Amino acid sequence: MSNQPVLDVNNLKTYFYLEKDVVAKAVDDISFSVYPGETVAIVGESGSGKSITALSIMQLINKPGKIVDGSILLNEQDLAVLKPRQMTSVRGNHIGMIFQEPMTALNPVFTIGSQMTETIRKHKKLSKKQAHEKAIELLRTVGIPRPEQIIHEYPHQLSGGMRQRVMIAIAISCEPELLIADEPTTALDVTIQAQILDLLLEMQKKYEMALLLITHDLGVVYEYTDRVMVMYGGQIVEQAPTKQLLKLTKHPYTQGLLSSLPNIDQDMERLGTIKGTVPPAYNFPKGCRFSTRCPFVMDRCKESNPALTELEKDHYVRCFLYDGGDKA
Amino acid sequence: MTLKTTESSQFEATKEVEKEILIDVQNVKKYFPIKGGVLKRTIGHLKAVDDVSFTIYKGETLGIVGESGSGKSTLGRLLIRLLDPTEGKILFQEADITHLTQRQVRPYRQDMQIVFQDPFASLNSKMSVEQLIEEPLIVQGRLDRNQRKARILEIIEKVGLRPSDRQKYPHEFSGGQRQRISIARALVLKPKFVICDEPVSALDVSIQAQVLNLMKDLQDEFGLTYLFIAHDLSVVKHISERVAVMYLGRLAEIAPKNRLYENPLHPYTKALLSSIPVIDLDEDASKVKREKIKLSGDLPSPANPPSGCTFRTRCPQAHERCAIDRPELREIEEDHFVACHLYDNK
Repeated sequence: MSNQPVLDVNNLKTYFYLEKDVVAKAVDDISFSVYPGETVAIVGESGSGKSITALSIMQLINKPGKIVDGSILLNEQDLAVLKPRQMTSVRGNHIGMIFQEPMTALNPVFTIGSQMTETIRKHKKLSKKQAHEKAIELLRTVGIPRPEQIIHEYPHQLSGGMRQRVMIAIAISCEPELLIADEPTTALDVTIQAQILDLLLEMQKKYEMALLLITHDLGVVYEYTDRVMVMYGGQIVEQAPTKQLLKLTKHPYTQGLLSSLPNIDQDMERLGTIKGTVPPAYNFPKGCRFSTRCPFVMDRCKESNPALTELEKDHYVRCFLYDGGDKA
Repeated sequence: MTLKTTESSQFEATKEVEKEILIDVQNVKKYFPIKGGVLKRTIGHLKAVDDVSFTIYKGETLGIVGESGSGKSTLGRLLIRLLDPTEGKILFQEADITHLTQRQVRPYRQDMQIVFQDPFASLNSKMSVEQLIEEPLIVQGRLDRNQRKARILEIIEKVGLRPSDRQKYPHEFSGGQRQRISIARALVLKPKFVICDEPVSALDVSIQAQVLNLMKDLQDEFGLTYLFIAHDLSVVKHISERVAVMYLGRLAEIAPKNRLYENPLHPYTKALLSSIPVIDLDEDASKVKREKIKLSGDLPSPANPPSGCTFRTRCPQAHERCAIDRPELREIEEDHFVACHLYDNK
């Protein structure tokens, strides 16, 4: 693993200006890096800001949303200062993205082939015929049977798993350094999910990409990723190498998430719960954003928001429970 | 030692006798016609549920798992007669409800309710919570206005909503709260049997746990029988006593949950279980390392299922016979039923 990150996000803030005086702080001051060949997960519930983080990296935030602060460096190139045309070339050539619902990401009125050759020709100087051949080769790489035939079909003729394979083929067609997968298997059945995740890791190895996997499924995180960031209320609350985070969980939110999962190996009469619901992004509590649901809440949690601090090597936590004491 | 086993088996046997059958499903089929051509003639059938038989005992939770297109939701709808079966028999407390008209089936609806997956789509956004919960009581027409109000208040507290929530509308609630409204709406009639069709799959995990706990509490309190349909195998295991696995409209396996999860017999069940990503932190410990069986390919179309065993096209252990003969669901061990030719000689 080289020491130069592919992606370096610093103090990113993406706000949505909903109405006068109503600002949804969807992503609020997050910083992280992704290194070449690494698989990093962003975990969180709906509304935690994980998808907005991905869209911010891709510079796909539209009004009323806006990246208000921070920098996003891709191979030391600041994406925020790029012109739309330059950014178009970055997307695809340097960052590939896979979305949750392949049916909405693919255009229903064009064949698989025409959508693939369009992408390939936009980024590579190839003739129509060469692009067509390249598309067939890519479909074969992602494990689609009879690619010569499938290339002439429309998205609706394929199953969900096959469509997601096509999305992966398009995303890797220009061999990007970074692949962002936003809940790539949430809409798929469990046996298909296993196929798609295996394929993603295989492609990652083959093309030596860094993979940023956004998911809500901690089982997927455990089996497929190296490092994990847990998001809550637009901020990272805990970050560590995957096994360490799941074994030596520090943040009460992460602990709550883990205890609320039904365990397939153990019988439990009752599941652990986190009381209440995620507060909306335009109305976070003062102080720690988890303070309204936290079982260990203290007075100071309601007053100020703790900083993300390194507790052990590579293990970062945003919580006052670990403040002072042995750390100080 | 020997004595002990006989004693316990005798005890189990007496328990068996006490098990009262609530619903008995016999060879039920549901074929949807596929229309085509200019004259919209029937050109084929989609076999959503194809010859399924099982029983549901009083007070238990039977889980049904399967991938999308396996027919699990159609089966649920058949049981409470939201759909008409093409063939077969459905007995509810020994009464044959298979061919009742919608009017005739209405009295039974008091005892059979359903909770749907999407609490955003299944609640009328123009009705307040009180109206939503009152509607089934009005349809059944057994209580007067004051009794209805009292019943609503009672159920609202049972599902963990506030009395002041009665005047609110569905859009004012989060997904988890809406699912509580759906549950209140199903339980206000004090049913005996509730079908839960993916009730938590639209919810975040922390909210999912709240709703699952609530459903268990309500089951204990009201002595409910659940048919719990879901694609998430760990959720099904958590809530069920017995689990049935469906594949392409047929039952592949049905067994008490621990036996099914610890010793799955059908190759499909094995593959399904091994594809779930799990957090297995003591992987070095003595525990049996889960063998990963990855299935290739997709679910075939139920309009044109493979001959013989419908799973054979994806089965790692398929042999010649699987293409010719359809395996019947047979009891291999006590209470453990499998439809697979691998166990023909047992």
